Amino acid sequence: MTAVPQRPSGNPSGRFSRRSLLRGGLGAAGALGIAGGLSGCGSAISAGLVGSQLDPGTVTYWNLFGGGDGSRMQTMEATYEKQKGPNSLQAATFAWGNPYYTKVSLATLGDAPPDVAVSHLTRQSNLAIAGLLEPITEDMLAMVGLSSSSFSPKVWEALAVNGQRYAIPIDTHPFVLYYNKDVCEKADLLDGDGNLKEIRGTDQWEAALEAAKKVTGSWGASVATVGDTATSWRWFQSLYSQQTGSTPWLGDGGRKLTYNEDLTIKTLDYIQSLTKKKLMPAITDYTGSQTLMFTGKSAFYLQGEWEITTAESIDGLKFGMVPVPTLFDQPACQGDSHTFVLPRMNRSEDQLKRALGFVKSLLDQSLTWAQGGHIPAYVPTLDSQQYKDLKPQSNYADAVNSVVYDAQAWYSGSGSNFENTVGAQFGLVQQGQATPAAALSTARDQLLVYADTKSPL
Amino acid sequence: MTASTLERPTAPVARPSAREESDVRRGEARPAWLFIAPFGIFYVLFLIWPIIYMLISSFFNTSLVAKGFGSFAGFGNYAEMLTLPLFWESMWHTIFFTIITTIPLVVLAFVFAILANRVRRAQWFFRLAFFVPFILPSAAIAIVWTFIYSPSTGLWDSLRTALGNPAPNPVLGTPDLALIGVAVTTIWWTIGFNFVLYLAGLQDIPRELYEAAAVDGASQWQQIKSITIPLLGRTTTLVVLLQIIASLKIFDQVYLMTAGGPGTSSQVVLGLVTDTAFTNYRVGAGSAASVLLLIVILIVTGIRQLIERAQNRRAA
Repeated sequence: MTAVPQRPSGNPSGRFSRRSLLRGGLGAAGALGIAGGLSGCGSAISAGLVGSQLDPGTVTYWNLFGGGDGSRMQTMEATYEKQKGPNSLQAATFAWGNPYYTKVSLATLGDAPPDVAVSHLTRQSNLAIAGLLEPITEDMLAMVGLSSSSFSPKVWEALAVNGQRYAIPIDTHPFVLYYNKDVCEKADLLDGDGNLKEIRGTDQWEAALEAAKKVTGSWGASVATVGDTATSWRWFQSLYSQQTGSTPWLGDGGRKLTYNEDLTIKTLDYIQSLTKKKLMPAITDYTGSQTLMFTGKSAFYLQGEWEITTAESIDGLKFGMVPVPTLFDQPACQGDSHTFVLPRMNRSEDQLKRALGFVKSLLDQSLTWAQGGHIPAYVPTLDSQQYKDLKPQSNYADAVNSVVYDAQAWYSGSGSNFENTVGAQFGLVQQGQATPAAALSTARDQLLVYADTKSPL
Repeated sequence: MTASTLERPTAPVARPSAREESDVRRGEARPAWLFIAPFGIFYVLFLIWPIIYMLISSFFNTSLVAKGFGSFAGFGNYAEMLTLPLFWESMWHTIFFTIITTIPLVVLAFVFAILANRVRRAQWFFRLAFFVPFILPSAAIAIVWTFIYSPSTGLWDSLRTALGNPAPNPVLGTPDLALIGVAVTTIWWTIGFNFVLYLAGLQDIPRELYEAAAVDGASQWQQIKSITIPLLGRTTTLVVLLQIIASLKIFDQVYLMTAGGPGTSSQVVLGLVTDTAFTNYRVGAGSAASVLLLIVILIVTGIRQLIERAQNRRAA
């Protein structure tokens, strides 16, 4: 009460002038502060506030590449920047998987998407169906001297969404087998040229693991079982798809679960038998599984080909890479492709051309990208002698034709709810914490929730 | 309490007459609104309106990627959430997390505050040591504890290996342990806040009470039981309420450390809401889950009000 100012009520003018002065002063100071802040903090904030383009001539580019992929992508970005001058590119890297796609979606909806974004082939279909992507036409490709025949037919085919394309592929990245040459040599698993002798069928595979285990004293092969649902799914899906009669996991855009139950149980049983026989470790995480192979505690290591960069950085490690051995009826491996997408926004002809020019520049550097393990989707690089000479990368180039992409559904794709749900259960099977039947039944129950939900797309 | 009622000033100091007062009020009203406006606009735009939007969209099949609220769903979203095993699982994880964090965060904060209050020298050090983790951002805490928990090579697993467990279960990778791992992290991180509240409460208790009790021959334990705990009653209800609400809102640490995994074994309600609304594009269903959590928090707050009223009645 006492705080109320004791002011004579008959002098409005005096009060007015003081207040207005204060208000005006604050306003001016505020305006100065904002202006000063803007010029000081660079153009990103001011462009964001007024919603203008960042800087005419700058391409904004989002990706989800960490580790070896990340540094290679930075090299490629640097090449583009060197060609186009400073401030020609603003690239940002986000956490892999669902968080990344959530950000791309929200940014596009909020009318502030990047000019170019990376998307997995298995994720771009959902973004496209949601209307978040610009269609890619032959005319657009022609603007920078590309056409649909510039890309591996299998990948280009897999990109189709309702007869349209919304993405430009750069690679295919299959799940592959790494081997430690020193261990394999001692276990007599190499041929005269120092390459892995072909392994076919479960008997040969287990014999190889037994032989390797005698050398290492620990394990035959390693694959992540803990804290990485994607790897558990990749290992399962590779072996499952090698069997005749394996149907895609999801059908009708995800509304139906169409997996072959007997083959699923059989595959999970087999995966668990390998850990039960102590040929493969039951508990190891993503980095743990590779360390085992790098340090000679296991002969083989299964993971996507992108870990080649990590393997190359290990001093004195001699290793090779081959497609996942065909343990059952036909060659198959789980995989996906990285693609470039153009999020939906109002683009001028110039902006479009600049964005596509950036994509073309990265495609031209496919060989750099291929050094990171990925099989180029860009035919001129794939067919080049330089790529064929690239070892061990080109050893598994044929895997492009046996890659199995995850089935399309609004909850599916790399790093999606589908992989997380199924992979988590299969991880428990590897660890020996769940029986194949129990894991499948839990995964089924969880998937049915998504299958029965009306698609938000 | 009664003492402060007595001290309330009874004689107005130069209080303006009723008429003058209403004049002043009329004159002040508009500038008052202007002063409130900067905050008010943000409050309405970023708190009130989203809550209204959430309430509305929870009755529609709202999709993140489609315009408008979408088709009317009635109580469909609520029915879906209330029959969704994952919702109940997440709700249980949230409540379980609240239980296993609130009890230690209140009890330990109390114990540590009493101990720190008895320290004669370098008390500042203990106050600082307990409070420093609280000012770190959740992302930094998550990185530090993910290192500590990392399988085989982390501090915790190394310790267990040294103690004779050759293959300890990875904390964040084992379904039954993941949430406990996050809870331990949270306790370490936020205990400083409750600790400071208790320490402030302790320093408000007059020394004479303890001296009088000591003269009457009360032991240390009797002093704590009959003086400290009762006089900290209000601090305790405040701390418990704040802690329960903070724990029910658990999101950052789970999102950063386990992302709800392995599988869904550490998924909490706010994680489910984010996943449903933003990752799966189903804003309507996510809103319904959010409203249900809001109801739980309102119930907790209501119970606290009842307790406080009962305490007041006893005090009066």
